[in-house]
Amino acid sequence: MYAAAFDYLRATSWAEAVKRLEELGDEAHVIAGGQSLVPMMMLRVAAPSALVDIGGADERTIDLVDGRLVLSALVRHVDLEHSELVAENVPMLTQAVRQIGNVRVRQRGTIGGSLAHGEPAAELPCVAIAHGASVHALGPDGEREIAVADLPLFPMVTTLNSGELITRVEIPALRDGQGSCFLEIARRPGDFAMVNVAAIVTCDADGTCTEVRLALGALGSRPVDSSAAAQELVGAAIDEAASESVGRAVAGDAEIGPSSHAGVDYRREVTAVLVARALRGAAADARDRRAGVKVAA
Amino acid sequence: MTVTTQHTVSVTINGRPTDLAVSPNLSLLELLRTEAGAPEVKLGCGEGVCGTCTVLLDGEPVNACLVFAVQVDGCEITTVRGLAADGELHLLQQAFLDHAGSQCGFCTPGMILTAKWYLDRHPQADREELRRALAGNLCRCTGYTKILDAVEAYRDR
Repeated sequence: MYAAAFDYLRATSWAEAVKRLEELGDEAHVIAGGQSLVPMMMLRVAAPSALVDIGGADERTIDLVDGRLVLSALVRHVDLEHSELVAENVPMLTQAVRQIGNVRVRQRGTIGGSLAHGEPAAELPCVAIAHGASVHALGPDGEREIAVADLPLFPMVTTLNSGELITRVEIPALRDGQGSCFLEIARRPGDFAMVNVAAIVTCDADGTCTEVRLALGALGSRPVDSSAAAQELVGAAIDEAASESVGRAVAGDAEIGPSSHAGVDYRREVTAVLVARALRGAAADARDRRAGVKVAA
Repeated sequence: MTVTTQHTVSVTINGRPTDLAVSPNLSLLELLRTEAGAPEVKLGCGEGVCGTCTVLLDGEPVNACLVFAVQVDGCEITTVRGLAADGELHLLQQAFLDHAGSQCGFCTPGMILTAKWYLDRHPQADREELRRALAGNLCRCTGYTKILDAVEAYRDR
């Protein structure tokens, strides 16, 4: 299989990449890991006139700064998978990357690429939205910060402007009293998700929920923050009845579009079940973290 | 209309350094199969789903169909043939033979490279971990049981 012809050049810095993209015009595209872009090029769904390779534009750094995980956009899924810093501070990233594609895709794919691609079923945007994460984007008009929740618009369409690149991702780490859980249903391991759920709960010492954050992916045209539909959990103990009630409320409220994987009713049912499980999983995680149980990467 | 230029890439394939002129839209897979005399790398789906075209790029597994040749300048590539450089089968290849882990053989190069890479890093991996590591390598013949038997036999050698 051959992609349509294109020019290829490498950028050794973010600024150079932005400059090259501006020179090359709207038909040029940036490439990082290429694990979504290259299949689209091979299938001729995408036919950029030129690729600007940003693989050498930055180091693949992962740092914890003032309670936020700060990641270069070039951090690969495999880096997330094996990072203790990630497992301790944003454990849903560790859980989610293990469900992405396969070992080869995880070897090349990047967090910036996943967020910029706009795939509704992608795991990392769902996790990032639950955490209230943001990206730093650099373009011809300079740098700006964008909440990940405001990034995806439609399948493969984001609010990034033409020639604008994600350079850095900042994800608030779990705080004391918080726990999280990411769950996904796909037909086979590595397939596109049918439902993604990312849940963060804050519990006080006796297990009462004081805050809940929830994001859903793969259901509609973009991953969404569904926290508002889960608020009846606040003030309750996160037991089976409470979690199932919230699961039904969230699923009933969710916008679920058509899918080749399964029907709307089925995915609504799966959403209710997964949300309930994720909330209980997050509550168990909050208990474990409070008790000082170390979760291995 | 785009004007594409040829690029020269220097790669080391199974220990042998080579310089090749490539168009940007030539995949690493096509480079290996058509330009570099490595037809043991097979084209399966061409979309990164089946694992058939797995090669090791600087020691790490990649889908050769999802990497452009122009991107691998300066890299080392290992194909399944690189495991048997002196013509003698690698112990993992022998285990696939002994346990009938290969039937039609089309997925076998990718299976073997992925399994070897994973066991090099996780020598004690249990069957479930091996199953997860190999989940992205599709086999339409064996039902996977004999593949996992072969990989476990190699691990326990």
